Amino acid sequence: MPVPDTDRKRQRWLSVLARADAASFDERLPLERLPAEYVWLRQPESGLVMVCGRAGGTGSAFNLGEMSVTRCALRLTDGTVGMACLRGRDSLHAQRAALIDALMQQAGQDDSLEQAWTTWITPLEARQLQQRIARAAAAAKTRVEFFTVVRGEDAS
Amino acid sequence: MYVAVKGGEAAILASLEQVDAARRGDRALAAISVAQIREQMRLAVARVMAEGSLYDPDLAALAIKQAAGDLIEAIFLLRAYRTTLPRFGTCSALDTSDMLLQRRISATFKDIPGGQVLGSTYDYTQRLLDFTLLAEAAAVPALEAVAVEPEASPRVADFLAAEELLARESDDDGSPPPDLTREPLSFPASRAMRLQNLARGDEGFLLGLGYSTQRGYGNSHPFAGEIRHGWLSVEYLPEELGFAIDIGEIEITECELFNQFKGSATVPPQFTRGYGLAFGHAERKAMAMALVDRALQAEELGEPVAAPAQDIEFVLYHSDNVEASGFVQHLKLPHYVDFQSELELVRRLRREYQGRQECSGEPE
Repeated sequence: MPVPDTDRKRQRWLSVLARADAASFDERLPLERLPAEYVWLRQPESGLVMVCGRAGGTGSAFNLGEMSVTRCALRLTDGTVGMACLRGRDSLHAQRAALIDALMQQAGQDDSLEQAWTTWITPLEARQLQQRIARAAAAAKTRVEFFTVVRGEDAS
Repeated sequence: MYVAVKGGEAAILASLEQVDAARRGDRALAAISVAQIREQMRLAVARVMAEGSLYDPDLAALAIKQAAGDLIEAIFLLRAYRTTLPRFGTCSALDTSDMLLQRRISATFKDIPGGQVLGSTYDYTQRLLDFTLLAEAAAVPALEAVAVEPEASPRVADFLAAEELLARESDDDGSPPPDLTREPLSFPASRAMRLQNLARGDEGFLLGLGYSTQRGYGNSHPFAGEIRHGWLSVEYLPEELGFAIDIGEIEITECELFNQFKGSATVPPQFTRGYGLAFGHAERKAMAMALVDRALQAEELGEPVAAPAQDIEFVLYHSDNVEASGFVQHLKLPHYVDFQSELELVRRLRREYQGRQECSGEPE
């Protein structure tokens, strides 16, 4: 099922929020601007999601093991509902992610999505990209070319 | 019949205090933190997550600390903890070709799209004790950044399977796989049930079984088609959204082994495959799992089932170290009444034996 364009944007910011670590929230985001008034639709709750692999990478699915996940949902005073569902057991992380999810949706409605993106998502995304590049770079340094040694009796 | 005992409460409480004291060791030294274990004993953390069947590096590190480094005890702690949490659902099946690779090698082809990457491996170390670590003076090199173009790294198995030189995996019929955390083992065990069992299985047990297949108990001639380790996003569809979202990354290791197969009446000669997948950086585990996965396909491939590693019931019933450890260690519990009845029986049999000896010893 194709994901509509607005959902695709939300999919992306939810992903960035899920991957963010506590330090990047604290250091990079103006958290004092998060709405103070909201009601919980679902208090942060920790649980499990089963992770599936596939036989041979492409075959039928099998259960590999579970991962810990925290989720929550809240409603701002104007009725916007924000949610979070992310790896780990950090309820503060889930709460902040859900608040920002709600703010982003609000911004989407009054045409200030770009500005909201710069405030809330870009700093987190930049840090995640940095980490990704660092990991890829570390691996790239160990890239290897193997050569097959020609044996004496094979050389003509 | 096991008859319970009671009493000993004070001694048991004192023993629990001893556990805490023994774990802490010399109080003149700083206590080790859970974060230090998570970051500096990552391979132990990986094993506890894989066999504890729960991806959570913080909790795995906590379990290792609490168990004073006894990894099987830590695995037990993690398994027990997971039973206290609700299951929200199941993620979309992982696509390991999307992995952000930290290591990737193939022993079957020198040149593979995306290249071979050694990453962090003990393979090329000399296994000499490093006394600079003892002096705590080892300098950790800062990794300098190099510019990299992200490159697609398709799985080696996929391009061999496309040529039918390697068996194709059967298509997913979309039905939910059996789940050993909810239903007991049953036979005949499907591949999905076997793979889940092996993924949770004890690394040492699988390593020994895998080794036995290489030494001739199960006739296996594997090649390491590909071993890859890296980071992979997990996608999950929350009930309140109409679309799947990325809920974070996990570290994972995959191993694909190719084995000789001479073909059958219906299948032309081609390589068959053994598959291993494990949480964290867990190469030995993934390789052992792949060896045993292939051995367990013997019957389906029309091979004789003669070796222990090919015996599905034997392998699956004995791979779980939490179950094995529980049953072995229950022998420590008081069996006073049990033993008394056995003792009584042996005494009676001895009296009968002595009676017969005396009878036959008498002159006729």
